[in-house]
Amino acid sequence: MYGDDSMNNNSTPDAVGRVATPATRAIGLLAIATMAWVVVSGLFLTPEDAIQGDAVRIMYVHVPTAWVAYLAFIVTGGASLCWLVKKTPTLILDRVAGASAEIGVLFMAMTLISGSLWGRLTWGTYWVWDPRLTTTAFLFVTYVGYLAVRGLGGSPHQRAQRSAIIASLAVLEIPLVHFSVVLWRSLHQSASVLRPNGDIKMDGLMLFTLFSGVIAFSLTFLWLVMHRQRLLTLRDVIEEKGLEAAIRERKDGT
Amino acid sequence: MSDLGSIVVTYVITFGSILSLVALTIHRGRLLSRQVADQDKPWI
Amino acid sequence: MSIGTTWRVARVVATKDLRIEMRSRVVANQVLPFAGLVLIMFAFALDDDILLERVAGGLVWLATLFSLFIVVQRSFGIETADGALDSIRVAGVDPAGIFLGKALALVVQLLILEIVLIGGAVVLYRVRVEPASLVLLVTCLLLATLGLAFVGALFGGFAAGIRGRETLLPLLLLPAIAPVLIGATKATEAAFGISGMVTSEGWPWVGLLAVFAAVFGVGGLSAFGPLIEE
Repeated sequence: MYGDDSMNNNSTPDAVGRVATPATRAIGLLAIATMAWVVVSGLFLTPEDAIQGDAVRIMYVHVPTAWVAYLAFIVTGGASLCWLVKKTPTLILDRVAGASAEIGVLFMAMTLISGSLWGRLTWGTYWVWDPRLTTTAFLFVTYVGYLAVRGLGGSPHQRAQRSAIIASLAVLEIPLVHFSVVLWRSLHQSASVLRPNGDIKMDGLMLFTLFSGVIAFSLTFLWLVMHRQRLLTLRDVIEEKGLEAAIRERKDGT
Repeated sequence: MSDLGSIVVTYVITFGSILSLVALTIHRGRLLSRQVADQDKPWI
Repeated sequence: MSIGTTWRVARVVATKDLRIEMRSRVVANQVLPFAGLVLIMFAFALDDDILLERVAGGLVWLATLFSLFIVVQRSFGIETADGALDSIRVAGVDPAGIFLGKALALVVQLLILEIVLIGGAVVLYRVRVEPASLVLLVTCLLLATLGLAFVGALFGGFAAGIRGRETLLPLLLLPAIAPVLIGATKATEAAFGISGMVTSEGWPWVGLLAVFAAVFGVGGLSAFGPLIEE
């Protein structure tokens, strides 16, 4: 659908394959540089942890992806609420919400996977029913539901309206769910001493690597959202033009 | 290090997914972008 | 739109829905047997009398949740069959009133369902309901049902308006009602006196149910209109 260049009567001479701008290029390069640093430092330069051993290296990746996943959720919720309140005709807030959710789902999946693998190394199990993990799993499913609502079709305005409300409801739901789960698990003072991120005494290089990871992944998130949002804009424009062309054809043809 | 397997898998999955997504985004961007005139692009 | 009109619309909608149910008896003849079957299926799957008694609270509410989908879809199915919801809306009827009315009808139907399920648990899973914990149980039932009805009416109305995508309803509904499952199960267990739980332990969970019902009551009243708008 996207790469269907057989509709070539749509490309105009001045259309160029340009989605990037100087700003995104700068962000992108910075993101790649910091990510490379995190990989090198995380895998090779930092020492192993006194308690966890080498398992702590997963944390350099897991913590930043978790942070980005939550950030994405906040961006989607915030953009949706703003769109509802401001009632602007342009759909940019809606597209930002959508782009953020798509990328957020991915980062959430990566968070759950890396957390699961870390858990296998430190607790011996892939999963525990602790509040943070459980809420994260819930957040993931809620995202998937949100994206399903976005994919329902209809006019861009309909899509924006529906998904904005669903996202706002999610902003209400998630704290409620988290609070319930915390209450629920507080009854189960489990024998497991290690909490999800452990009480890690990190210092010096380890802490710096962790922060670098957060910055690297945040920049990556920013880049991805900006580009993805532009892709969604292009898709909407193309669909709109396609619709206009079809209407014109109908008028001229028959 | 029996831990090595899990660590490597984590890094590969994480960075592999991100880089794939970046490549896909750029590729789709170029394809879609050619079909739309520059004046319709708000960022240019 | 004043509160007066909203409430009047709600009463009309709720009465209509309940009258339709009394005539067609869909909940009575189809959903109740289904719920009872679910209780029996649990016994087949779990196959352990002691375990069943211990998890009876959770099973009752799981059975309620499974039945919830059917009841909600039925509630809006009677509307969109001939586009009735659309025509009421176009006529300018207060959407908040429609929401409230739908929710109230759901509350009545769900309460009947839950009472039957608790009866089923007493018989099949051998739980006991002491008179002392009756207040807790009734309060839990009322508040949990209110919460379920509000969420059900909200997402049910939304999913019903989308042709051929009613399969979206469970995906949207379940994450939202998790707090009710958690709270209602714990409160019910306290009422049943399971694992040595005392009645007083159930009240914090009832508090959670109250907060949930309040949040989705207000949320539903505001969001229902825009959500079903086309």
